[in-house]
Amino acid sequence: MARSFTPKVVTANALLEGDAVWLTEDNTWTRDIREAELITDEAHGDLRLLEAQARADEIAGAYLADATSGEDGPEPTHFREAFRTRGPSNYDHGKQAG
Amino acid sequence: MYKYNDFDEAFVRSRVAQFRGQVERRIDGSLTEDEFKPLRLMNGLYVQLHAYMLRVAVPYGTLNSAQMRQLAYIADKWDKGYGHFTTRQNIQYNWPKLQDVPDMLEALADVEMHAIQTSGNTIRNVTADHFAGAAADEIEDPRAIAELLRQWSTDHPEFQFLPRKFKIAVTGATEDRAVTKAHDIGLRMVRNDAGEPGFEVIVGGGLGRTPMVGKVLRDFLPKADLLPYCEAIVSVYNLLGRRDNKYKARIKITVHENGLEKIQELVEDRFTAIRAGFSGHDQELLSEIETAFAPPAFVAKSIDGYEAARLANPAFRSWTDTNLSEHKADGYAIVSISIKKHGATPGDATSDQMRVMAELAEKYGHNELRISHEQNVILPHVHKSDLAKVYAALREADLATANIGLVSDIIACPGMDYCALATARSIPIAQEIATRFDELKIEHDIGQLKIKISGCINACGHHHVGHIGILGLDRAGVENYQITLGGDGTQTTSIGERAGPGFSAEEIVPAIERLVTGYLDLRDSPAETFLQTYRRLGMEPFKAILYPVEDKANAA
Repeated sequence: MARSFTPKVVTANALLEGDAVWLTEDNTWTRDIREAELITDEAHGDLRLLEAQARADEIAGAYLADATSGEDGPEPTHFREAFRTRGPSNYDHGKQAG
Repeated sequence: MYKYNDFDEAFVRSRVAQFRGQVERRIDGSLTEDEFKPLRLMNGLYVQLHAYMLRVAVPYGTLNSAQMRQLAYIADKWDKGYGHFTTRQNIQYNWPKLQDVPDMLEALADVEMHAIQTSGNTIRNVTADHFAGAAADEIEDPRAIAELLRQWSTDHPEFQFLPRKFKIAVTGATEDRAVTKAHDIGLRMVRNDAGEPGFEVIVGGGLGRTPMVGKVLRDFLPKADLLPYCEAIVSVYNLLGRRDNKYKARIKITVHENGLEKIQELVEDRFTAIRAGFSGHDQELLSEIETAFAPPAFVAKSIDGYEAARLANPAFRSWTDTNLSEHKADGYAIVSISIKKHGATPGDATSDQMRVMAELAEKYGHNELRISHEQNVILPHVHKSDLAKVYAALREADLATANIGLVSDIIACPGMDYCALATARSIPIAQEIATRFDELKIEHDIGQLKIKISGCINACGHHHVGHIGILGLDRAGVENYQITLGGDGTQTTSIGERAGPGFSAEEIVPAIERLVTGYLDLRDSPAETFLQTYRRLGMEPFKAILYPVEDKANAA
């Protein structure tokens, strides 16, 4: 039996700032995971990752991360990815600082 | 302190220029991330969870005031106004932007600092006893040797592509404050029967996935043989170390798999072969370096005022009880400045605090500062008559916490708040433990206790050698914390033993509280430390405290 595919988002670190960014359907990078493209098909996911990795002068280290469909768009499922949407817990720095 | 010569200056400047070009080519797209990664790592630049991170070497933990001020300036100009001091005596900036990094490196070069070989499979920043040059129990200041090793290992053509990273620590004292037995090479200064100083050479120690206590490769190595002997060790490792498996590539595995005797034989052979090539130039260099580390001109002054201030001010007295160590010069003390205020992030200092410490070093400390692997800042040479003034200034800057060596003086790696490799967070656990024991007001009663927290198996937080070690893991998508007990990072190094199943993020702080208050009932007198009690009684009573039987009954 083929393992079931869990939904994904393509994510990376922005080239200059180094912060987390997510790939949208219209091929832009967003700093809000809720605007990301939620990928539900494995083959499409592989393709989107390849396309993302080709954009070397915009980002570093693209990968597919598990996500789920939330009320306002994709949401992270793992705590690591959730931290990436916010920032560190010891200071009001990163994305949570707005 | 050592001053860069023309060669050092030109070398560091040329590396900055080189990296500037590489960053430009990365930004304009001519270099891919895969191509750029090894280049940025050679210059200490990582990509973390929320931003880049620049790791700057503080060579053997020594800084002067101008350097500390420059670290503050860099934090303000290109980061968020603070820096994080690490367990390898480095400082990390958590928020640099890629295009700014060459300017940051240029600013470091202005004060004879750099980020070279703070990453990658090379010989890393050589660490040293943070009381070097000041400790009462010291044979010689080990920093001259550390500087010699730094010069030798920097850009050494044979050792730029080792099987894995390589860490050297050196101490000149009896009390091991440099964790020498948990390094790839540990050097402990000892005297031979004739009274001459030399080194006990320890090899193959390390923490991480497979923790190992280093083994003695040579009981006594004459000082003059140090460089060729170290070169022989790294050379043997370079050929013999495994490159097929990253997790078996450190020298501790090489020593373990081949046996100490075989390594000894190979190292001695290699040493014999290369010894003659070191024709004395290294020794000339060493004596030059030694003059740079000549002790400051200590003065003789009355300490009556100090004793009076101690009597008059209980808070000052408490601070002098915990944060001072014995100095080799009469009338002087070594001041440990805690950057572990209860509830604060271990190892973080704001730019303002850095400037205060720089000023205190300049005014009262012969212009010297040290970073300890325990993530505190040291003023190594302060006359006791100045201590009250130093304390008052530290208090103003929120730097006067009297907790050195106590339960809240916790080592914590950045963990999953910053690090891309982490499997759980460490900082909030450290913050909560420190806050909790501060509320209980029992930390002075508890006495010497080292808690060390790592957010992953790589053990940057030295959890294996914590009296209480905490390891954060990802268990089925939830943060989980394992406790180890009985670790020790001193001359009696031991690796902590796992106590049992891990605890959730909510359970871990109460578990530590239970453990520590339980110890208070187990110790035979207030003089018996947590580690001594553990060594006397073993794991069982502590296990019973951590995992009470009724809990098991309820769960069943």
